[in-house]
Amino acid sequence: MSIPADLLYTDTHEWVRIEGDEAVIGITQFAQEQLGDLTFVDLPAVGDTLATGQEMGSVESVKAASELYSPLAGTVSAVNDALSGAPELVNQSPYTDGWMVRVKLSATPEGLLSAADYEAVVAREAH
Amino acid sequence: MKTAFAASVPGRTACLPAQPKKHAADMLPANLLRAKRPALPELGELDVVRHFTRLSRLNFGVDSNFYPLGSCTMKYNPKFTEQVAALPGFTRLHPLMAQLKGAGQYTQGALEVMWETERLLCEITGMRAFTLHPMAGAHGELTGAMLIAAYHKDKGNRKTKVICPDSAHGTNPASAALAGYEVVNIESKDGMVDPDALEAALDDDVAALMMTCPNTLGLFENHLPRIVEKLRAVDALLYYDGANLNAILGKMRVGDVGFDVVHLNLHKTFATPHGGGGPGAGPVGVSERLVPYLPISRVEKLHDGRYYLNYDHPKSIGFMAPFYGNFGVLLKAYAYILRLGGEGLERVSEYAVLNANYLRKRLEKVLEIPHDRICMHEFVASACNHAECGIRALDVAKALLDKGYHAPTIYFPLIVKECMMFEPTETESRQTLDEFADDLIAILESAAQNPDALHAAPVTTPVRRLDETAAARNMVLTDDA
Amino acid sequence: MPFIPHSPEEVREMLSVIGVQSIEDLFVDIPAEMRPRSFELPQGLSEMQVLAKMEEMAARNRTDVVSFLGGGFYSHHIPAAVDALVSRGEFYTAYTPYQPEASQGTLQAIFEYQTAVCRLLDMDCANASVYDGGSAIFEAMMMAVRATKRRKLVIDEAVSPIWRTMLASYTSNLSLDLVTVPQVDGKSDMAALKAAVDTGCAAVVVQNPNFFGVVEDFTDLFAHAKSQKAASVISVYPVMQSVLKTPGEMGADIAVAEGQSLGQPLSFGGPYLGIMTCTKDMVRQMPGRIVGRTNDIEGRTGYVLTLQAREQHIRRAKATSNICSNQALCALRTLVHLCLLGPEGLIRTAELSMERARYAMERLTAIAGVRPLNTAPFGNEFAVRLPIPAFEAVDRLTARGYVPGFPVGRYYAGMDDVLLVACTEKNSFEQVGILAEMLGGIL
Repeated sequence: MSIPADLLYTDTHEWVRIEGDEAVIGITQFAQEQLGDLTFVDLPAVGDTLATGQEMGSVESVKAASELYSPLAGTVSAVNDALSGAPELVNQSPYTDGWMVRVKLSATPEGLLSAADYEAVVAREAH
Repeated sequence: MKTAFAASVPGRTACLPAQPKKHAADMLPANLLRAKRPALPELGELDVVRHFTRLSRLNFGVDSNFYPLGSCTMKYNPKFTEQVAALPGFTRLHPLMAQLKGAGQYTQGALEVMWETERLLCEITGMRAFTLHPMAGAHGELTGAMLIAAYHKDKGNRKTKVICPDSAHGTNPASAALAGYEVVNIESKDGMVDPDALEAALDDDVAALMMTCPNTLGLFENHLPRIVEKLRAVDALLYYDGANLNAILGKMRVGDVGFDVVHLNLHKTFATPHGGGGPGAGPVGVSERLVPYLPISRVEKLHDGRYYLNYDHPKSIGFMAPFYGNFGVLLKAYAYILRLGGEGLERVSEYAVLNANYLRKRLEKVLEIPHDRICMHEFVASACNHAECGIRALDVAKALLDKGYHAPTIYFPLIVKECMMFEPTETESRQTLDEFADDLIAILESAAQNPDALHAAPVTTPVRRLDETAAARNMVLTDDA
Repeated sequence: MPFIPHSPEEVREMLSVIGVQSIEDLFVDIPAEMRPRSFELPQGLSEMQVLAKMEEMAARNRTDVVSFLGGGFYSHHIPAAVDALVSRGEFYTAYTPYQPEASQGTLQAIFEYQTAVCRLLDMDCANASVYDGGSAIFEAMMMAVRATKRRKLVIDEAVSPIWRTMLASYTSNLSLDLVTVPQVDGKSDMAALKAAVDTGCAAVVVQNPNFFGVVEDFTDLFAHAKSQKAASVISVYPVMQSVLKTPGEMGADIAVAEGQSLGQPLSFGGPYLGIMTCTKDMVRQMPGRIVGRTNDIEGRTGYVLTLQAREQHIRRAKATSNICSNQALCALRTLVHLCLLGPEGLIRTAELSMERARYAMERLTAIAGVRPLNTAPFGNEFAVRLPIPAFEAVDRLTARGYVPGFPVGRYYAGMDDVLLVACTEKNSFEQVGILAEMLGGIL
């Protein structure tokens, strides 16, 4: 199970990469495996403001659907448009080409998990 | 197989009415008319007959195949009920005829059918009154949830939540949400509603608990009396999902044991055909305290014995259907109840439970039975004991198709891994059950030696496994896409 | 025992395999105090007895009349082949096509149905049906509410009151704002509709022909709705749609219909068929089942249920709708009906109905004291004002075997004298003449 050490996580299986006053968000390897082949990714619009824990979109596969929750507060500065035509990018490379949303932070993110803590979450749910 | 559109030949016709004297362009201004004729198929009558006869042969149905689809009650649909529903005195009856003189004077036969059906369903379930209007089970659930909302509003209760067990049909939470409620999920314990989990979730905001009994695992809910007591304490109502009523006919009446609302699926318990997805019918029964809120119109009886439609029920939730429900479906269920009588109905449950337990016993050595005790009309098994050789419930299901059986329900309820839910129904013979069990045992025994054969199944069906991911990504939803 | 095949010997053997003594042992989980307090049901009857009883009940419905009742529900001829094909057990004794390899017949038929109704309504996508025309409008409104995240819905009062009363019930717990724009003499008030559609509006809902039979062009209204980013929802009468300007041409986002007139008998109100279509942009908001075309592992064309992640069995409380069972067999009837009629047959049906309605309008308004409700273009149905209450006229003529139409005062205030008259190809010119003479005779 790939859980890059340089990222932060949520217990709802989003990952976060902080880049200065911006953050990039996607879903984890574990999440995409649980969902199976993605068929649709619904993302917020550029300019939307997000609160921590707010529902910001959803992902769908043939047999499952899952909501996306914003791990932090800020304004959407970019979304990965490639996913609308190629949701499989999330399956193929969830941490790189499968990124979902870029957010300009309005506050310092709080309560995010380290890779080690997230690994424990995954271990619990895998059972 | 070519679609009817691909087979179309310009200028070919089948059932053409007479030539009109005037055309639309002679009767309406051009700006109100469509630019082009609709591109519907142009076929001869024999073309149409062959096309649909061939299509029908690509289907499994109860008439041709054993169909142990758990929770769906795929029993034999008696042919005489089709004859009853096709009587011209019913099929030619315009629904607005009942809104003319005396609110039903021209439709006394139809109103009597509805009156009698309501009375029979009341006696079968122990409920105080029924509405026949809901047009399917989920529509009945919505009606029931709206009745619950109306009750609480009328009493001045501020209720915001409905509790659904994790084993519930997906329609339960979806219906509760449509009635404006927040849905609270509670986890099951030993396959049943856990009174402690219920206790923890229960507060003054809870409007109702939606449950089914026997539950979706085919198990009787042993804690039912305690559950009723706990709900009463906070003035929450108890909703019965009637999907599994066919297990308890004559053995328990939901009204007697404390349920306030129940919907029935006539296409399950009362043998009306499901038609490849519908139409169904989802009558809703209520206890005394919910009677004032039932949908309008209601069939009522005058002193002289005549029936009429009464719309004057000010506390009613209003109209759920354009008219009086899926009347054609109600006719079939009514005829079925008349044919069986009380004794016949009780036998339905007895033999449905006998067949389910027999099949469970026949399969217990090859599949894991998570709750291995006497089941009701259906049981849940798990294929997880075959996971080591890479076999999943899906593979077993597909292999069954190759043997000419419809698959059981798989991956539902969500609380059992690699779930397979079998419901044989009372109309299947012992020979059918034995042949099915033998074939399923053979499939599972071969799985260990040759798992790839199962992964490749089915091979004898008109098509093999289909790429559902591509279907969802590319979305070809019509012949024009 | 009807429909239970077991012999007593088989029952004994099966019980011994299970390891119990009697069938009653299988019900030990239900304690004595939970057993029925009563189960007083009639004795079973033979097939012959049931049939005789129900024939007698059927005979107590007045179906021996010449009828001009419509109101959105019409008696059109249904070709015999529709019943013959749809009553094949492989179709009607199947369940929802959860196992696509064993359900290609149902699945391809739904795909063809989707294609047929999209071509008829001139829209991009359709679902496999909802319950009826009224629930189709409700689902369309909810699609618009989700898509726009707005909660105000503007409805033309000329939309069938039979459906509007359903909408009022369905939305009662959903904090939606339903604004009804009054009709004027049976016509839509376009200016008032436009004024009501603003940037807070999720959708505008209209019907063509409307409840009074009036045919309209909603193109301007829909363009205005688009400018306010509100959705345009239209309900149509599918037989008349073969000739009328299409929802697609008018710019509708969602087009729905009551499919009864395409192959379903009247059957006292159901089962009918809710036809739902929409533009490509809206398809993910669509409720219910949708069939898509794909390939199997050998590259053969096949059909599957698709976009299921919208539905209740996956999304539960967050689903686009709670619908599960729909009206699949009715949709199949509609498809077969459309294949048998073809474009020419459907257009002729509409035109035959319209020419009879014109003759009826001419004959009825020639009677002293009878005048049209309005002078707007109409399809196969129109409304007239009578010099006496319409209910009374209906009552008196029905007693003589002619139902002259529907008394509109049942649903609209101030219209007690308005009679709504519908014609189909089944009403002959001669019958129309007799109707006019009978009505003239009582006025």
